[in-house]
Amino acid sequence: MEKRFVYADNSATTRITEPVLEAMMPYLTEHYGNASSIYGIGMDSARAILKSRETVAKAIGAKTSEIYFTSGGSEADNWAIKCAADVGAKKGKRHIVTTVFEHHAVLHTCEYLEKHGFEVTYVPVDEMGLVHPEEIEKAIRDDTCLVTVMFANNEIGTIQPIAEIGAICRSKKVLFHTDAVQAVGNVEIDVAAMNIDLLSMSGHKIHAPKGIGALYMRTGVNLPNLIHGGAQERSKRAGTENVAGIVALAKAIELCTADIPAKQKKLSAMRDRLIAELTKIPESRLNGDPKKRLAGNINISFRGIEGESLLLSLDLEGICASSGSACTSGSLDPSHVLLAIGLPHSTAHGSLRLSLSDDTTEEDVDYIIEKVPKIVEKLRAMSPLWERILRDEDIDAE
Amino acid sequence: MIYSEKVMDHFANPRNVGEIPDADGVGEVGNAKCGDIMKMYIKVDDGIITDVKFKTFGCGAAVATSSMATELIKGKPIEEAMKLTNSAVVEALDGLPTVKLHCSVLAEQAIHAALSDYYTRQGVDPKPILGEVAPPDTCEI
Repeated sequence: MEKRFVYADNSATTRITEPVLEAMMPYLTEHYGNASSIYGIGMDSARAILKSRETVAKAIGAKTSEIYFTSGGSEADNWAIKCAADVGAKKGKRHIVTTVFEHHAVLHTCEYLEKHGFEVTYVPVDEMGLVHPEEIEKAIRDDTCLVTVMFANNEIGTIQPIAEIGAICRSKKVLFHTDAVQAVGNVEIDVAAMNIDLLSMSGHKIHAPKGIGALYMRTGVNLPNLIHGGAQERSKRAGTENVAGIVALAKAIELCTADIPAKQKKLSAMRDRLIAELTKIPESRLNGDPKKRLAGNINISFRGIEGESLLLSLDLEGICASSGSACTSGSLDPSHVLLAIGLPHSTAHGSLRLSLSDDTTEEDVDYIIEKVPKIVEKLRAMSPLWERILRDEDIDAE
Repeated sequence: MIYSEKVMDHFANPRNVGEIPDADGVGEVGNAKCGDIMKMYIKVDDGIITDVKFKTFGCGAAVATSSMATELIKGKPIEEAMKLTNSAVVEALDGLPTVKLHCSVLAEQAIHAALSDYYTRQGVDPKPILGEVAPPDTCEI
């Protein structure tokens, strides 16, 4: 097969699509007015923001007044968690429930709060990468001020029982936040039906640019500000609005939620073909539940090889992907997600995440299926660890 | 993170990959948990390292430093090889990202481990010559 460029890292970020770029472009050029200004081009911006807010709200079953634009998913997570903690602390509630395999925007925020007198319960996940709602229920205490559980995991793509967790939190009268950065546009979301109080989303995961996101805050939740300053976002989030980003986020969410079942059908067929073919490689395993996962997520570990070498080799063939190895995370340990589902370190080091998008073609899938086994074989041929695996040694005994 | 062109060249086309079945010295350092293992084979003739091969499980920098280290000692007298430092390997590769410097240390240790094995097989105590090749007890970045 001829060399091609295959972008299979859409959970890291996505390409800005033409309709999104077209929608945002006027707000970078002729409609540059500050939305707070009284003249024509200022009001143009204000109107564009209002319309975008309606579009974003509609996509997740929220009211327009419940959407606040932010600089991205991390800010939305920080706002929801830190400010829910503030509200809780005023009532003497200093306990937070989350899970062990959240995104670092949630985990590190929780760790920060632990240093400031909060107690955090990290609920485990099962070996398939799923949170059990009854574990969340058990973890909730009288002094719990917030439950935060991600909608879909960014590494292994597993989709969590958010509606069940939402129902538990509502009945226990505890605020419920979900980081839905990976789920928006890939899974049907109805914040009202799912009893979600706070939801974070990000633009660049759904073909909008980097630097734009939103927090959904249910009417009545009324968290204090994270960012103080001007009266933007109804005095809830200061800073001159990123009008072009907001318009792009709205266009992107409108497009990616237009027909989620059709997108799921198309992507899951490609996903399942990749999983079936790549797990034919000896000593490989699929990480995460085979079905309760994002339609475009594939995460496979190959024993005896290291993830960064795999990614560099794939890049030499034109394929962009990611891994949960320590080398690629720049830390001592491999991915906390892979360790949370019980993988030994050595197996977690050899993981490969492929994340597809609407751009992915059957030819791209064929190309990946052709290249990955050859690269794994080449790396194993030079791996002293693979020799030991072939000799049936217990490589994780050390 | 950015790798130099030399690192990428040694990763994409590693020199001296493989094994030497009748090696005069074999050394292995690193462990599976940390995510990098290097194994070096040397052939010694008349005090000269006539052949060297390696196998590495690890990241791009681990492969590149192994490859460069073998190039730097091949055809050299043992005395010269044992003086090879990790910084010489880094320099020869036009630098390494800071988080990858430990890979070059591992390459230096792998060569020392192979030389140590060579001396042991010759009935010579390697410790006074090479010092202790200390295995790291914790993973490093």
